[in-house]
Amino acid sequence: MDPQAYDVIVLGGGPAGLTAAIYLARARLSTLVLDTGSTGGQMNLTHEVANYPGVASTTGAQLGQVMRAQAEAFGARVISQAELGRLALDGPVKSVEVEDEGVFTARAVILAPGGAPRTLGLDSEARFKGRGISYCATCDGDFFTGQDIAVIGGGNSALEEAVSLTKYASSVTILHEFDHFQAHPWAVEQARVNPKIRFLLEQTITGFEGDDRLTAVTSVHKRTGEAVRVPVTGTFVFIGYVPRTAGLPPSIRLTERGEILTDELMRTSVPGVFAAGDARAKRYRQITTAVSDGTVAAIQATEYLSGEGTPATGRSV
Amino acid sequence: MLQTKLEHIQTTKQYQELVESGKKFAVVCGRMGPMCIPVYDVMDNLKSKYPDVTFLDMEFDAPVAAETIRRLPETRSFSGLPFTVYFRDKQVVAATSSIQTKQQVKEILDAKLKD
Repeated sequence: MDPQAYDVIVLGGGPAGLTAAIYLARARLSTLVLDTGSTGGQMNLTHEVANYPGVASTTGAQLGQVMRAQAEAFGARVISQAELGRLALDGPVKSVEVEDEGVFTARAVILAPGGAPRTLGLDSEARFKGRGISYCATCDGDFFTGQDIAVIGGGNSALEEAVSLTKYASSVTILHEFDHFQAHPWAVEQARVNPKIRFLLEQTITGFEGDDRLTAVTSVHKRTGEAVRVPVTGTFVFIGYVPRTAGLPPSIRLTERGEILTDELMRTSVPGVFAAGDARAKRYRQITTAVSDGTVAAIQATEYLSGEGTPATGRSV
Repeated sequence: MLQTKLEHIQTTKQYQELVESGKKFAVVCGRMGPMCIPVYDVMDNLKSKYPDVTFLDMEFDAPVAAETIRRLPETRSFSGLPFTVYFRDKQVVAATSSIQTKQQVKEILDAKLKD
């Protein structure tokens, strides 16, 4: 038996991919999970998970470790920090090239690559990463005790983390690109009533200033063109996520936002290729919805391999 | 103690002995947080590819960190966990702040610690 050949390869080791692996391995299908980062995916960025049914409170990293252990206990092989090369997904036998590991093949593939935090894409942003610019309030908030800082973004993460950062910072300026917030009203209200928080709306971030460390963030008002300079020693960026789908072959149909199109059975535009989790085009992105996607994708992949399922023509995508 | 698969530096004496040995080593100084865990994982993954480099961690809030890594001139402007510092011939040859990808770590190892 070819040690590089599996029934199913799962690309991604977040909650969607690991759930799929648990179901596949438990169905006695040989299963390989390839993760380009640390298993757990974006769960690792969640300090406290308090709404995962059946678990009163845990950290995202712990939940990921338990999911991985479950998958491995059922026989799945998990490779983290995998450096992926060429993906060939179109034929009946799929192949995935991994640096230092060789080429793996499988009859079905589940795409669960997840997402990555969106960055502003400014040169000065990269320059001050870890020297004033952060993407994790729970990790780095205490570096800014008694200092003036900024938060960029207008979703739930931005508003909630801004409130949480007032435990440390003297003031928090929220810069947001629109004149309204995408966050839930209660999150907006919590921020509005906090005396340490002020808002600058309709701002386009133009850059970050400083020498060794950040000293200011600059922006321009979108309508008036007024230039704004906010003196801060820290800036936390929470502007959403982008799907990690850049390396997928063109036969996998994506939305204009780069999300993978599937039907309700998680089938993509390519037979034998399924998708699950945050990289899939859908409205809600939670650990629970990723777990749901992974379950459906695994069961559907199992049926596809047994030849009992609806042929994965991709016509409905 | 950090729950990682890396060797831990727990005392200042241990750190000083490592530096004085002139060995090539990398220290990830952090907590068990979302930005740190992936870097520990990267280092663990690279152990076998860089057998002449020792990969270690250090707890950011332990006294040893305050007396060593956090006091280095190279980390003075850092404000993002983890602090990762690379040593060779008793000298700091590179230092980074905040999360790093495997590729970023490999680039430093290849540029600064490879013979």
